[in-house]
Amino acid sequence: MHTSDATTAVRHRDGVAVIDLVGDVNARAEGSLDAAWDDATREPPEAVVLNFETTGYINSTGIALIVGLLAKGRARGIAIRAYGLSPHYREIFEITRLADFLAINPDEDSAVRGAEKSSA
Amino acid sequence: MTTLTGSFRRRFLGRSTEASPSTRDHTDPVAAPQDEVAPVDIAPNDPLLVYLQSATGAVDVAELELDSPALAELKAAGVKLAVPLVSQGELIGVLNLGPRRSEQDYSSDDRKLLDNLAAQAAPALRVGQLVRQQQAEAATRQRFEQELEVARLIQQNFLPKQLPELSGWQVAAYYRPAREVGGDFYDVIPLPDDRIGFVIGDVTDKGVPAALVMAATRSVLRASAQRLVDPGVVLERVNEHLCPDMPEKMFVTCLYGVLEPASGRFRFADAGHDLPYVKTADGSVELRARGMPLGLMPGMAYEEKETVLAPGDSLLLHSDGVVEAHDPQGAMFGFPRLKEAVARYPGGGELIDRVLSDLRGHTGADAEQEDDITMVTLARSPVAAAASNGLAPTHQLVEFEVPSAEGNERLALERVSAIVGPLGLEESRLKRLETAVGEATMNAMEHGNGYRVEQPVTVRVLTEADLVRVQITDLGGGVPDQDAEEPDIEAKLAGLQRPRGWGLFLVKNMVDEAHETSDGDEHTLELVMRLADSAAERPDQGGQDAHQ
Repeated sequence: MHTSDATTAVRHRDGVAVIDLVGDVNARAEGSLDAAWDDATREPPEAVVLNFETTGYINSTGIALIVGLLAKGRARGIAIRAYGLSPHYREIFEITRLADFLAINPDEDSAVRGAEKSSA
Repeated sequence: MTTLTGSFRRRFLGRSTEASPSTRDHTDPVAAPQDEVAPVDIAPNDPLLVYLQSATGAVDVAELELDSPALAELKAAGVKLAVPLVSQGELIGVLNLGPRRSEQDYSSDDRKLLDNLAAQAAPALRVGQLVRQQQAEAATRQRFEQELEVARLIQQNFLPKQLPELSGWQVAAYYRPAREVGGDFYDVIPLPDDRIGFVIGDVTDKGVPAALVMAATRSVLRASAQRLVDPGVVLERVNEHLCPDMPEKMFVTCLYGVLEPASGRFRFADAGHDLPYVKTADGSVELRARGMPLGLMPGMAYEEKETVLAPGDSLLLHSDGVVEAHDPQGAMFGFPRLKEAVARYPGGGELIDRVLSDLRGHTGADAEQEDDITMVTLARSPVAAAASNGLAPTHQLVEFEVPSAEGNERLALERVSAIVGPLGLEESRLKRLETAVGEATMNAMEHGNGYRVEQPVTVRVLTEADLVRVQITDLGGGVPDQDAEEPDIEAKLAGLQRPRGWGLFLVKNMVDEAHETSDGDEHTLELVMRLADSAAERPDQGGQDAHQ
């Protein structure tokens, strides 16, 4: 079994906070994800972009954690975008209707540009 | 002075000292060499012992008249006084004194002093004896436990790390050593031409010697099985290798059989091991073959027999720890009961579980296991069992268990993926099945088994013509599924639903069909995936048949 606990890193680019999600997004990712969110939104960014390029396994608890981020973003008026999702997890984001509440972009540049346009 | 041990061997001081006894160290067992004489052995039936036991104080040896070899020896050694050391009514030693160096007789004051000394020394001496005895026992126990640990390590190191996954077969094994670790072992040997060798054996004796002989037997058998085809010839070769170096009074019983999974043909030979049982449509049958245990004498031949395991048949290899387990009244579990269990119960891992349950009922749940218990089962999946009613035949590809612990759903989904992948399910649909298996297993571990690691989730993978079924079973029969609420993301974002609760929703949307069943004890979620992509024929994503 190849499991890897999630680690996160926060980068700021053009007024947008990018959270790199590395490893599995499951129950054990909660602490790391919450800390990354707090770090990313300490100074409210134009948007938060979730980078799933280096994410492994996402289970239903991971989906719930992302729903939690969406709720936090909605409460503070911070849009959330995502990129780097595999076709399988993109399908899951669509089935769960997560995709209705966060924009999904193919790469980081388009995600950041999309955030800038939305806030303009 | 000396203490009386189990052999009543003691030592005494053969010369008197200069002063009164109170100033001398008569009790010092390491007295000056000139005061030492050879120890005197007192036989357990010597009347002197009885006399000293009942004496009320110091005894004049010279005046004592007994038909006692020890007394004669004491007199010959010049002992004048013998002062019994009695603690709690037990004679634990004797203080022996020679003549005073002043050549005067012991006075009544001397005797009184010696009696007082004996009264105080005896309990102290007894305490010393007990401490030394306990230390010796503790050291023995520690050495024993260390030896057991070494034996356990050797045995466990030589047992198979995993069992083969054979299409259409279920292989299961159970091994539990007794506290003193007997010599049971089993092995599964991959052979050329997709054949599999199965071994079960038992070395006489226990502990490290048995473990070492087991390791040697296993190694020789593995090597011989690769070079030789016939099971009987393999056992002959192993016997020839073991005989020259087998320790005295030790030997190995062993059954070795070779399975051809495609045909179900099982050829075997037996070296004095308990015979296996096969469950067939007509009940259970004992498979017989003659042969002497390994390592007893060279030049032995081993009869070879064969049987064909038909679809639905199940074979049980077992060790004597099963049939020789005793109930509190001393009655053995016995061969007839085991044979009946094979006939009555389903095969495979379930047979092992049921037999173990029966064993616990026989011995009592708290009884210490007397001997190693080993069982290996080969169960051939029923095929075409439903063909007569027009349904497609079902083949079970694998059955395995996953301990209910957080994160273990990955074990289930990766193993199912490895089994189903080669069947031709396209990549995107395989990913969907993986997610469904992961979520269903997580649900089973959490809601069915409450994440109790000792309550595993059972996963079965079956194929049927153009589809695959994955059955995930937990022990939460009748417990309402906590994930039954249909998740609504808008309600979740508005705080009207908890963020979690996506599990069953994902399951239903990832596979072609999902069915839930419960029998009161067990709850099973069956996932069905057609091997050919029939997405175009299916209704919309959310419309699968999911019975709750």
